Amino acid sequence: MNCEECGKRPATLHLTKIVNGEKTEYHICEHCAQEKGDVFTGFHNFSINNLLSGLLKFDPMQKSVKESTSTKPLRCETCGLTYAQFSKSGRFGCSDCYTFLGDRLDPLFRRIHGNTQHIGKVPERTGGQLKIRKELEQLKQALQKYVASEEFEKAAEMRDRIRALEQKMAQS
Amino acid sequence: MSQQQFMQNPWSNWMKGEGPDSDIVISTRLRIARNLRQHPFPLLATDSQGEEVVRKVTEVAESEALRKRHHLQVIHMDQVNPLEKRVLVEKHLISPHLAEESRKGAVLLSPDESVSIMVNEEDHIRIQVLLPGFRLNEAWEIGTKIDDIFEKHLNYAFDETRGYLTSCPTNVGTGIRASVMLHLPALVMTQQISRILQAINQVGLVVRGIYGEGSEALGNLFQLSNQVTLGMSETDILSNLYGVARQIIEQERVARAYLLEHTRVTLEDRIFRSYGILMYARTVESKEAAQRLSDVRLGIDLGVISDVSPLVLNELLVTTQPGFLQQHAGQKLTPDQRDERRARLIRERIADTERPAGT
Repeated sequence: MNCEECGKRPATLHLTKIVNGEKTEYHICEHCAQEKGDVFTGFHNFSINNLLSGLLKFDPMQKSVKESTSTKPLRCETCGLTYAQFSKSGRFGCSDCYTFLGDRLDPLFRRIHGNTQHIGKVPERTGGQLKIRKELEQLKQALQKYVASEEFEKAAEMRDRIRALEQKMAQS
Repeated sequence: MSQQQFMQNPWSNWMKGEGPDSDIVISTRLRIARNLRQHPFPLLATDSQGEEVVRKVTEVAESEALRKRHHLQVIHMDQVNPLEKRVLVEKHLISPHLAEESRKGAVLLSPDESVSIMVNEEDHIRIQVLLPGFRLNEAWEIGTKIDDIFEKHLNYAFDETRGYLTSCPTNVGTGIRASVMLHLPALVMTQQISRILQAINQVGLVVRGIYGEGSEALGNLFQLSNQVTLGMSETDILSNLYGVARQIIEQERVARAYLLEHTRVTLEDRIFRSYGILMYARTVESKEAAQRLSDVRLGIDLGVISDVSPLVLNELLVTTQPGFLQQHAGQKLTPDQRDERRARLIRERIADTERPAGT
């Protein structure tokens, strides 16, 4: 049989594509197949996410997650993504999925990146607020400590720094 | 530039054939992935949620701060036909994923096409900077400034521990993927390439073909990029990539000098045979075209061929792709028709090298 595309070279690839129940058969040569990449979308689907899904399936963590799901289904409250869906697709549904999966992501990140903590760029506005909030927490703890130990001069200093930071936060 | 011109004009800034180490490094690309808080990622977003993201992003693109730097034009994916999408992919301005699978996808392009911002690809925002030659730091500077402007107006999904939150776990942290497209014919000819590729995988970098994930290295072109995005700073990622690319560039130069010194006649014969085929062939398959163009480019870089401009080669690299050939012809073409048109296009452009490039 000759290739359906060029009609010259012998057809070496025989494919059946089923879209919405409609079956189409292709008989084409290797040359035309390369040019006509769209026929092969099924083959190109093997991506990094398939590999990720593989990593997650063999993840011993997943076993313990499954066991614990009997009482409470693991599902992201914002987008509804389940752990099972995540381990199948290898993709998050929204930024809150990171919170819902929490520490369970550590082994995965360690395998992909060798790391679990970001040390790069921090966005000016959203990240800046985070930084300030963290500092505020520390200052408030210190304030309580100084009040408890009746070191009022130091406590007053903390109070002033807290006020300054709170003002800065309100402005940004 | 109108939408039509982006499709018809084969030229992008990255094809200029200039910049540092342009005999080996064709282009430098930097991509920054960002997402918006409280919006589902494109994978799960509904059409109206997707539209909302496009609206927010284009609003920022039209803001004064960004307009001062780049006059970006928006192209909505549902307003371009499949052939036009393919042309944008062949020019490296959008990814195959945005062209084929995204819903409510859009791209914002600068007139010289060195900046392209994809909206609703795998992530809400993907800022891409594409420059000719070896220019990692410059690409980062341009990209990070655009990122800062977006961040002033939009609520980014960012987490103290995980960094920038992305749809795929492989991009989390910095969200940056930097890459250089390298032309390595001498390392391929001297069969050193597989050894080098193996070593690369061990230092957190990855090599792909020129059209990204899953594509083969046509015409001795290799795309070297960082793999790790979490736990390394942007500066570390870029300097790691820079260092390794630098090594490969030097190795390629050594291999070229070796070939020239020890096998000059064989090498020249190969280069001139390819030159001859490109000048006279009546039909050329894309794979062969890529290989012959690689040989001729090597000939130019070694000074063996002096009457062809390397700019023409960069242009042909793109214009001989199936999408571009069909866009140029204004119709769908069978593979045989494409092979014929490809051969004609190459003959005409090479014969026409006296003509200033880009006209």
